[in-house]
Amino acid sequence: MKMLTCKDASHLISERQERPLGVRERWALRLHLWLCDGCRHFERQLAFMRQALRQLGRAAEADGADLAPEARERIRKALAERGRHEH
Amino acid sequence: MTENTLGTPDTWLDEHGAALYKYALVHTRDPHRAEEVVQETLLAALQAQDRYTGGASVRTWLIGILKHKIIDLFRRDAREVPLDDPEVPEGATEEEHFDATGHWCNAPSDWGNPEEMLERGQFMAILQRCLEVLPPRLARLFMLREVMEEDTDNICQEMAITPTNLWTMLYRARIGLRQCLDRNWAV
Repeated sequence: MKMLTCKDASHLISERQERPLGVRERWALRLHLWLCDGCRHFERQLAFMRQALRQLGRAAEADGADLAPEARERIRKALAERGRHEH
Repeated sequence: MTENTLGTPDTWLDEHGAALYKYALVHTRDPHRAEEVVQETLLAALQAQDRYTGGASVRTWLIGILKHKIIDLFRRDAREVPLDDPEVPEGATEEEHFDATGHWCNAPSDWGNPEEMLERGQFMAILQRCLEVLPPRLARLFMLREVMEEDTDNICQEMAITPTNLWTMLYRARIGLRQCLDRNWAV
């Protein structure tokens, strides 16, 4: 089996978040990570970044939430206003 | 004949207003910003209604627009946080990170226990700011995938790219973001 470079390994670490790796890719990556501190750090950092980005996107629960009546009215007016300009 | 009929802007608000607001609230965590972004979404939908093909339901179509409006909002906020070192090279290609033999030029160092830092507000601000220094198209695609947790198939379709293209672009975004975080936040 050909040894991965750090560049190859970094691509596989990123792609693993998008698709399942093949058996060969998995083994080659595992071997590389075993030997390489830099890529191990990179792997951990990417996993952490994904976690943080998801947290950025979903923190609150919004069960049962709805637009306030005033907001609804404001939006309705804005739509009507814009609608008039369109036609 | 289309499968779904678009209706009028008033019916969008009546039938989908609550769903849009809930979605916006989950992602913005602020009722005022959520209202604002719902309004922007409906106004954008009004202007784009000719492009609605009836393939997706009206709600799916509106949520699709909403996602982009939320990303715009994130990016607007991000500009307010200063960075020590905002230099992320355009495109952030592999060549800048690896030498000719494929080794790291600067091997990633240990970030210690970054999960603890998630609890502190400053990290999230720097994260948003670092997203902002990525090239715009790359940032948008990356945020659709990571922040909005959009399906890769949908992103490929929407951006008209192949999965291989997408993986390459996500890789560039990740390696650029990692570098920015490393310089501006990691200890």
